[in-house]
Amino acid sequence: MLGAIRARSQFARPLLLRLYHKPARNAQFKKLTSSDMEFFKRVLPAETILATPAVGGTSDPVELEGFNADWLNKYRGDSQVVLRPKTTAEVSQILKYCNENKIAVVPQGGNTGLVGGSVPVHDEVVLSLRNMNKVRSFDDISGIVTCDAGCVLEELDNYVGERGYTMPLDLGAKGSCQIGGNVATNAGGIRFLRYGTLHGSVLGLEVVLPDGTILDNLSTLRKDNTGYDLKQLFIGSEGSLGVITGVSITTPQRPSAVNVAVLGVPSYAAVQDAFRLARRRCGEVLSAFEFWDQSCMGAVLHHQQLKSPLASEFPFYVLVETSGSNKDHDDEKLGSLLEELMESGTVEDGALAQDEQQIRRMWMMREGIPESLGKTGATYKYDISIPIPVLYDIVGDIAGKLKTAGLYQSSADPVKIVCGYGHIGDGNLHLNVVADKFQNRVTEVFEPYVYEWVASHRGSISAEHGVGLMKRDYLGYSKPKEMIDYMRRIKAMFDPNGILNPYKVL
Amino acid sequence: MSSLRILVGVKRVVDSAVKVRVNKALTGVETTNVKHSMNPFDEIAVEEAVRLREKHGKLVSEIIAVSCGPTKATETLRTALAMGADRAIHVKTDSALEPLSVAKLLSKVAAEEKPDLVILGKQAIDDDANQTGQMLAGLLGWPQATFASKVTVDGGALEVVREVDGGLETVKAELPAVVTTDLRLNEPRYASLPNIMKAKKKPLKTVSPADLGVEVAPRLQTIKVTEPPKRQGGKIVESVDELLSKLRTEANVL
Ligand SMILES: Cc1cc2nc3c(=O)[nH]c(=O)nc-3n(C[C@H](O)[C@H](O)[C@H](O)COP(=O)(O)OP(=O)(O)OC[C@H]3O[C@@H](n4cnc5c(N)ncnc54)[C@H](O)[C@@H]3O)c2cc1C
Repeated sequence: MLGAIRARSQFARPLLLRLYHKPARNAQFKKLTSSDMEFFKRVLPAETILATPAVGGTSDPVELEGFNADWLNKYRGDSQVVLRPKTTAEVSQILKYCNENKIAVVPQGGNTGLVGGSVPVHDEVVLSLRNMNKVRSFDDISGIVTCDAGCVLEELDNYVGERGYTMPLDLGAKGSCQIGGNVATNAGGIRFLRYGTLHGSVLGLEVVLPDGTILDNLSTLRKDNTGYDLKQLFIGSEGSLGVITGVSITTPQRPSAVNVAVLGVPSYAAVQDAFRLARRRCGEVLSAFEFWDQSCMGAVLHHQQLKSPLASEFPFYVLVETSGSNKDHDDEKLGSLLEELMESGTVEDGALAQDEQQIRRMWMMREGIPESLGKTGATYKYDISIPIPVLYDIVGDIAGKLKTAGLYQSSADPVKIVCGYGHIGDGNLHLNVVADKFQNRVTEVFEPYVYEWVASHRGSISAEHGVGLMKRDYLGYSKPKEMIDYMRRIKAMFDPNGILNPYKVL
Repeated sequence: MSSLRILVGVKRVVDSAVKVRVNKALTGVETTNVKHSMNPFDEIAVEEAVRLREKHGKLVSEIIAVSCGPTKATETLRTALAMGADRAIHVKTDSALEPLSVAKLLSKVAAEEKPDLVILGKQAIDDDANQTGQMLAGLLGWPQATFASKVTVDGGALEVVREVDGGLETVKAELPAVVTTDLRLNEPRYASLPNIMKAKKKPLKTVSPADLGVEVAPRLQTIKVTEPPKRQGGKIVESVDELLSKLRTEANVL
């Protein structure tokens, strides 16, 4: 997956229409001058700075493209400077200077974020963590790893994997996203069902505040009730309160027995029944329960060149995974679950992976969906959480609205796919609409309708991807005014000049 | 030919995705608590047998899967049954098996079951011996077609396209015969839940090497197993001069 995701050329396609509301540049922020560049050169090694001729540097603007455009190629900034410090002290010096001089900064991890939070909006300095990629320590007894924020998730998982542990989170972007970015977005992913939220597994953070202060809270304690738990504020803060430079995180034992099955399910109601029964029968060994619809399956089989494990097509597919330490025990539990599901007709067909390669292929059918949709066209993504019974209704609803609007009827129409997939166990749906290009007449059909719909079910307009630029103006659909006011006060306290990731989140 | 009986050999091996490690005693690779699966070439063999049935219908009267090894080999046999084999024979032994022993065991099974075609993997990915199929053909006095990438059965005649160095070779033989599979022969199917459930009810017979009259004691002794030397990481040099000096003093190639 690693190569696949980064290798997808983001820039081969012509620049898409500007379809998101771009806030005006805040005139209080300083435009970079040669003296600013002098400072950066003084504190950073030359090879860690990218600067275009516009600010007196020598880098070809093409070199900065990857930092200016997001993974979806939907959001794009115009930064002329990318700084890639190697140490926390360097980060501190940069932020202190930028704060004093009112220079806006966008922290960037693997740039796989899906809400426009990781790229500049205008000319903010990009502060990339990619050179901070060392494991600092690993405790073999507790499984606690302490590392730089720029460590790539998959590389960390390999590192702890060799020592018998596994990272408590996993997601399709693992080959590129960084642990610091995961923490900054409070990423969920496919292990959430089993290992829960980063609010629980992150034990400590090292954070540099805009004024250069280094908050050293790199604790490796499981229990520590001394005062306010400040690190929690930074988990999910999307780069708006401080720059995360170090993370310590507890990692569970790597399971030695893993089973994966893909099931063909006749209805969304049956998907829920299957989930209920899976929880009851597999209990503590159930490690993932993911679902997707036939439109997703069509795209993923085509683009990943995979063969369906099932003999025919179904409206819904479910991937169920068990992980444990006793294969016979897990086989028996999963086996009886699958038999019961088949006999009751909840599931109409299914396949059980017989070896690791089949396990990987089955996971690819779920994890390859975002990339496959991206190859089909411009993808609108809504990441919502609502009570499970009505979770999928929105997909049919939106498809209907697009049809009524005459945008989704024949192959000549702009909308190609309306589909849903996600982490059903967590009540989290990814509603995706793929169009030939991003365009207002399509966007208007479901924005802000999706947010209103979610609010009417007391759901969240962002289950795991965050707010970023995309949902900033819609925060009110999920949070009352008083809470947003207090968020603003917290932001003002940590970042009085508002230099960190401006225009985003709030 | 009025009917075709196919015997398929399947072996339980450490899963191909597992990074193997040498055990502490340096006598082999660590196998406890390590994922095992059917040897990938044997999966291809089972798949080919099932495809022959799908193509020829009733002509393929029976597909019999056979595995030699410890109790857990029955898991591998159940996979073969779930993929479409009709019944299974487990030659149960805890002894380490060398290719010659397996070939002898299979030849006895073949003498009893009288298959027209035996399909085996070209090699097992654990010992990479690539000998069993050839030895079995020798013991039975049957023709052999190894490294198959295409298998056609027409009446009593067998045509096999073989992968050879630098190209493909087509051979013909009379049945009965032994075929060993190469990677490109087919892509094995997934085991479907209905078939896994059916497989539980299919007959699985257990026999011992003694029942078959075969002595399986190893003839080879493993002296020592060690890991290949670790690859050293690359180094970035600052200048051409440094490169030259390193090539001279460290790599000793100049
Ligand atoms: C194929 C694919 C699948 C995905 N699947 C999931 C999924 O299952 N679950 C899920 O939750 N998300 C998923 N995502 C989105 C997810 O949010 C990101 O992949 C990931 O968590 C972001 O990490 P990153 O290093 O790429 O951060 P970036 O994209 O670089 O940044 C994301 C945000 O965090 C901030 N940030 C980054 N690093 C730091 C830091 N060190 N300090 C302070 N702020 C920082 C940025 O300013 C930005 O606001 C997926 C994305 C893709 C492309």
